[in-house]
Amino acid sequence: MKNVYISENSCQKRSCGLCCTKIKKFGVTLGNTVILKDINLHIHCGELTAIIGPNGAGKSTLIKALLGDIPHTGSLEYVQAQKGSFQVPVMGYVPQNLNLDSTSPTSVLDLFLSCRSNFPAWLIRRKKEVEKVKERLAVVKAQHLIDRRLGALSGGELQRVLLALALDPVPDLLLLDEPVSGIDQNGMELFYETVSALRKDYDLTIILVSHDLDMVQRYADRVVLLNHTVLEVGPPDVVLQSQSFYDTFSLTWHKQEK
Amino acid sequence: MEFWYKLLEILPFEWAKAGQMIFMKNALLSIILLTPIFALLGTMVVNNRMSFFSDALGHGAFTGVAIGGLLGFVQPISSAVVFSIVFAFLIALIKHKSKMASDTVIGVFSSTAIALGIFLATLGGKSFAKLNTYLIGDILSITPKEILLLAVVLFLVAVFWFLVFNKLLIVSVNPSLAGSRGIHTFWYEVIFSCAVAVIVTVSMSWIGLLVINSFLVLPAASARNIAQNQRQYHILALVFSVFSGVAGLILSYYIETATGSTIVIILAIIFFATYFLRKKFA
Repeated sequence: MKNVYISENSCQKRSCGLCCTKIKKFGVTLGNTVILKDINLHIHCGELTAIIGPNGAGKSTLIKALLGDIPHTGSLEYVQAQKGSFQVPVMGYVPQNLNLDSTSPTSVLDLFLSCRSNFPAWLIRRKKEVEKVKERLAVVKAQHLIDRRLGALSGGELQRVLLALALDPVPDLLLLDEPVSGIDQNGMELFYETVSALRKDYDLTIILVSHDLDMVQRYADRVVLLNHTVLEVGPPDVVLQSQSFYDTFSLTWHKQEK
Repeated sequence: MEFWYKLLEILPFEWAKAGQMIFMKNALLSIILLTPIFALLGTMVVNNRMSFFSDALGHGAFTGVAIGGLLGFVQPISSAVVFSIVFAFLIALIKHKSKMASDTVIGVFSSTAIALGIFLATLGGKSFAKLNTYLIGDILSITPKEILLLAVVLFLVAVFWFLVFNKLLIVSVNPSLAGSRGIHTFWYEVIFSCAVAVIVTVSMSWIGLLVINSFLVLPAASARNIAQNQRQYHILALVFSVFSGVAGLILSYYIETATGSTIVIILAIIFFATYFLRKKFA
């Protein structure tokens, strides 16, 4: 069980680029199907790395493999300059599949309290903890949602609440799996703005699976084009103009225009 | 026990008078101990969509009783507890390992268990009648010694609940999310299944296998109709469960019916009442 809590101060003090995440020779095979092979990535902290690719390219699988949710080959190394040694990074995760049981009587507060402590959330609600939860929610502008049921939230609201949860405790590595649909344009904008600000405030390593190329262009520092293996890595401008990008998304009309 | 009997004398019922109907007083105490356990575990059974699963656990317990009977135990409950834990673990394991829909896995296990139970119980031309008590249940037959056992189990479940509730809640919200927070989803499911298996097995002979699952599912399902958060959910489930238990026992005394089913009927009435009222609370 992970009990590595990092205070916010120490996170802000960490200077940018001095820690990095190395994904080495990652591969996932389910049954006889090779879903991912030979994934090598080197990600610095303070960077927002977006993963794009066609449906079924293995984007969500990569996230789940990083989490250790599904078996994989290869290794994940997290190096922090201050401490110098390899260690297991604290991970924050916002799942793609947001279709929770809509009748569940679980409020946002319940969810946070149950993640924060071991005292049963329904029995004990310490004032101090509730205040902390409000602070965490304020980071994603969701403090007004604290008493709402999870099932009663809109897609965008739920995504923000889960983002706040993923930041409590502040992780080393934040994995975001963006839902394909169900989030309105305003919600999307707010989400990207929040994530973008977080990267600077907390010096986080953020890996984001995205379906919105426009948002990727505007907010990502680096883009990884994935289709079972890494096809392109680089700044958004480069990757979104690359040959493999056109090939993958079959945007031939765009090229002809030029 | 003496204290309990004295305490009951303040009640205005005929059976509550000193020195009378000891079995009724024992039953009342055991109901007050049993119903909160079922309510607490039931909230999570419903959260995790396991109501079919807990039903199968009852069937596994029945097989355990039959095996115990075959091995010559006078009180086959201890062998039943062991068997139902093994059974619960197996279901959880196969559910986890295979890609089959979980209701299919549970269906397979559940029907195998009940068939095996009946097969073993009737092996060599024996009569099934002596096992009827496990099917229908008889709370009035409970002894002070068994009540002590119940109290111990209640205490253990309460401790268990205190330790794992939060983790189970996160697992029920989203398993991947739980995984990212370092929670081993599978093991928590196993521990929880075993807790349910033990409680179902221990109380089977008093409540009756045929209705025992309703004790788990109905209070929580009713509370879910109107609760907005986990606190309301648990408190309502506890209130519904204890109220129905006590009311059902007393009612069954006066109208002379099986206690287990009387309690379940009251629970069902509460369920439908909350179901029709749910819009007012939403």
